[in-house]
Amino acid sequence: MAKEFERRGIPTAIISTIVPLAESIGPNRIIPGKAITHPLGDPALSPAEERALRRGLVRRALDALQTEISGQTIFR
Amino acid sequence: MTKLRVVHYVNQFFAGIGGEDRASEAPDVRAGAVGPGQLLERALGASAEVVATVHCGDDFFAEHEDEAAATVLDLIARHQPDLIVAGPAFNAGRYGFACGRVCRAVEETLKIPAVTGMYPDNPAVELYRPSLYIVASGPNAMSMPATLERMAALGLKRARGERLGEPREEGYLARGMRFTEVASDSAARRAVDMLLASVRGEAVLTEWPLPDYDRVPPPTPIKDIRRATIALVTSGGIVPKGNPDRIESTYATKWKKYSLAGIKALTSDGWQSIHGGYDTTRANEDPNRVLPVDVLRDLEAEGAIGRLLDQYWVFVGSGASTTNARRFAEQMADELRDLSVEGVIFTAT
Repeated sequence: MAKEFERRGIPTAIISTIVPLAESIGPNRIIPGKAITHPLGDPALSPAEERALRRGLVRRALDALQTEISGQTIFR
Repeated sequence: MTKLRVVHYVNQFFAGIGGEDRASEAPDVRAGAVGPGQLLERALGASAEVVATVHCGDDFFAEHEDEAAATVLDLIARHQPDLIVAGPAFNAGRYGFACGRVCRAVEETLKIPAVTGMYPDNPAVELYRPSLYIVASGPNAMSMPATLERMAALGLKRARGERLGEPREEGYLARGMRFTEVASDSAARRAVDMLLASVRGEAVLTEWPLPDYDRVPPPTPIKDIRRATIALVTSGGIVPKGNPDRIESTYATKWKKYSLAGIKALTSDGWQSIHGGYDTTRANEDPNRVLPVDVLRDLEAEGAIGRLLDQYWVFVGSGASTTNARRFAEQMADELRDLSVEGVIFTAT
């Protein structure tokens, strides 16, 4: 999906927990998620900490959308 | 004659432990054949027996890959097998990925032959087909008996060190390897024969299929994010509570879009995940864990982004074919461009 969006000129950041699978399929901007069942959260954290974690991941995705890259890049 | 010793690797579901609610189970072992292992044992015949079944939850494996692979390898090694059979994983991505990793570790570290089975569209196939013998299965467990028959036959040949035939004869996915053999006709004659057959409208089997390593050049990044419209798209199955449009929880044939107008954060009262491929408990407690509307609204209010588009697109990734996914993406991309979206955050589970 991310590849097809980018093929049509729309920068796309994918947040996915299974990074090797994302790598093999080929999207360009990959942000590793926290866990499969909650890629943008962590039930073990307090609500404030969890929100900060989510904000950090979303900011990383926004950074990825603004970064000039020449090929597949994992934003850790 | 002593029987060949076979260890079978399966996930928590096929080990009979439980569904997605038990997908975080750590690796363990049971004596003998369990579940589909009984079919496998029958397919292996009198010359081999399943001595143990090693199992692991799919989420556990994906999230602790190195630890899970090491533990599984140790459990397998203790049974001194002659052959490892993993799966089949059908079209399940995490399970396929685990089967692939286990088989490769077994072959590389223990130097024991391994065989697995997957649907050709399984995302793990691209990663593992060059290094492993993967028998082609159907998309779901309907094809279990036939797949295990072929896995058993291929596994026995490999364990006995017999020469294998071509992928299409043996039923495994081509690994992209070339072997030298003497053909009955010259390449020129075979090419002309192929051309004539094609002109006559007959089926033509290529001798060397071209690989498909599709990569997309990255488009120009967003220049001014403070003025940009950002959209959310997810394959994580987040829908308004009750799933009003009845989108499929697996094997998606359609996508939907929903309004985010006036919504500051997703709530568990208003939204849920209907994804059929993972335990949705955590997503249902707080759907922002899959679709991060709350923090994007914060960033929008702070001026860090121009705006979050007032709608998002959703389908369920589990079991969706790559053909359907490509079609979804084309349709969504047209809409995204019409709405002047400058960047997409795509969340996957």
